Amino acid sequence: MNPLAVEAVGLMAPGLAGWAASQAVLAGQRPYVAEPIPAAMATLLPANERRRVTVTIKLALQVAQEAMAQAVLAPGSSPDTGRTGLAVRTVFASSGGDSEVLDKICTALTQPDRLVSPTHFHQSVHNTPAGYWAIATDCMQSSVSLSAYDGSFVAGLWEAVALAWADQARVLLVAYDLPPPFPLAEHRQIVAPFGVALLLNPAPSANRLALLRLGRETTGSADRLDDAGLERLRAGNPAARGLPLLRAIARGAVGRVILAAGANATLSVEVEP
Amino acid sequence: MAIKPLAIAACTLTNALGAGLAASLRALRRGESGLRPCDFEDAELNTWIGRVAGLEEEPLRGEFAPFDCRNNRLARLSLEQDAFGAAVRAARDRYGADRIGVFVGTSTSGIGATEHAYRQRDPITGSLPATFDYRHTHNVFSVADFTQRWLGLTGVAFAISTACSSSAKAFASAWRHLRAGFCDAAVVGGVDSLCLTTLYGFNALGLASTRPCRPWDVERDGLSVGEGAGFALLEWAEPDDDRVLLLGYGESSDAYHMTAAHPEGAGAVLAMQGALARADATPTQVDYINLHGTATPLNDAAEDRAVVRVFGPNTPCSSTKGWTGHTLGAAGLTEALFVHLCLEHGLIPGTLHTRRRDPKLGANIVLENQQRPLRMALSNSFGFGGTNCSLLFGRSPPFSGERSRGKGGK
Repeated sequence: MNPLAVEAVGLMAPGLAGWAASQAVLAGQRPYVAEPIPAAMATLLPANERRRVTVTIKLALQVAQEAMAQAVLAPGSSPDTGRTGLAVRTVFASSGGDSEVLDKICTALTQPDRLVSPTHFHQSVHNTPAGYWAIATDCMQSSVSLSAYDGSFVAGLWEAVALAWADQARVLLVAYDLPPPFPLAEHRQIVAPFGVALLLNPAPSANRLALLRLGRETTGSADRLDDAGLERLRAGNPAARGLPLLRAIARGAVGRVILAAGANATLSVEVEP
Repeated sequence: MAIKPLAIAACTLTNALGAGLAASLRALRRGESGLRPCDFEDAELNTWIGRVAGLEEEPLRGEFAPFDCRNNRLARLSLEQDAFGAAVRAARDRYGADRIGVFVGTSTSGIGATEHAYRQRDPITGSLPATFDYRHTHNVFSVADFTQRWLGLTGVAFAISTACSSSAKAFASAWRHLRAGFCDAAVVGGVDSLCLTTLYGFNALGLASTRPCRPWDVERDGLSVGEGAGFALLEWAEPDDDRVLLLGYGESSDAYHMTAAHPEGAGAVLAMQGALARADATPTQVDYINLHGTATPLNDAAEDRAVVRVFGPNTPCSSTKGWTGHTLGAAGLTEALFVHLCLEHGLIPGTLHTRRRDPKLGANIVLENQQRPLRMALSNSFGFGGTNCSLLFGRSPPFSGERSRGKGGK
């Protein structure tokens, strides 16, 4: 299988505020301390827009924004659209989307007048972050938003790789999930917010952090993380199922990681610098 | 160079017109709408809906009981039609259960289950009923999970949820996954069911008509919400394959507004051009366009500009939303399979309920059904968030528009 280059990473979770600040923690050179995520996220959105959007949208856009800020792209690289926006396709993977918005809608529907807020309604679709991202970056490229419950990170990786090969183009994979509010939280446990973005390039790249080769889906146990706090994240948030891959990229060594892909499935990924 | 086409090896469709492909074809030919005044649950809305009859009485049982919700009942009803299960079983024997991918488009999945649970919150603790099963009902993946298990498949599976383009994009994802070698065949699906979220949501946005929707009509004033499910089994086409083929797909983002379509349809243009380019086809080769055609004033105007820009004013176009209503995340699959029926039976459906074409719009809107052989036809699906997807289907001659006419087809 042809490898893909990881050209940039965006990351946001408790104690993992950005890729640059997190590499030493993931590589095991610094202890993991679960500090709250910063309030200022997704600064690419205009201030008035940022006030209107939810934490879910901000988290997804924050990691996308961080990855793209590291990317070295030719300017004006969007001749097929005639626009100046980013020529990067996107895959947004999230188990449950925006539970905060869904909670508000379902609550409104219990009231006698059933007044669903138009803003909540349009923010309720699973591709809301993709829509805001396209607008904020003036990007008319294709975008997929998907879910595979606890296997959402690996499903997003499959789709991003398939898309990168099919179109021979860069793809930005964004995976994110947040704890739902009460009362949904009693029926879907997600322990902490986690967002990650990977910019993948199917062409040889001088600006790469790592090369990936996907293996086949199989059964067996996924890699765990040595640190209890990081392992709690990995096991407790579908987007964080990608943490063993991030650890391998941070270490910069040759190796194979096994990612949880769903109920009983795993995916092996060969990683090299 | 054209992409390698995928063949539709089997398919099935269920919506307000009935269960199974034959029900849809019969209603399309007869011009019989499936829309009715809103009678969904206790919704008190002055609007028309495309409801599938009988779902209320058909719970999922046994090992599938945890999945029981309207959306998965609708998926099950659809999967039981048109010998689709038998076709997938044969494919499973041929390719292996782990080599058939499952890509199902849905917008709201089983949110109806959560709506019900919120009405039964504990008055003291505020908790939802203990029986509420979020994972197997409301979660976006639920319907793809259900479909995969129902069909006994074990390969890659996910739900695509990009609002009203969801299940059109399932075809594009399936093509990519076959191309990448991640699977050898694919089940693509689209399932969306009526719920209070979409009925009250579209009403809050002022986008739901008080009458059956009238796409491209000068008096059009909004959409009719519908529900539906459809599935197709896709595999690589053989040389001289006489089945209906997916020849091309195109996807784009408007990058304009979360709910309003780009006024010039710029993203729609890119999607249609992308489908033509992947098929290495020219606009003049396309015999029919099944429009997204929701019948909201702005959406139809934007799509009209885009269609005229890519195809000019002559290509026959229609919207079939007047039959089914807007089935949202299932619209892409539903209308792809309408196009499949049209190619097989040489039918261009009219645009039901539309009386007077908006003189400001330029596309060649067909109002009455026409019988003529079709070689290539396009289906458009667009959605909130500015997501666009166009699919180009076709078949090689001899194509059966002539055959079905020879058999006296209506």
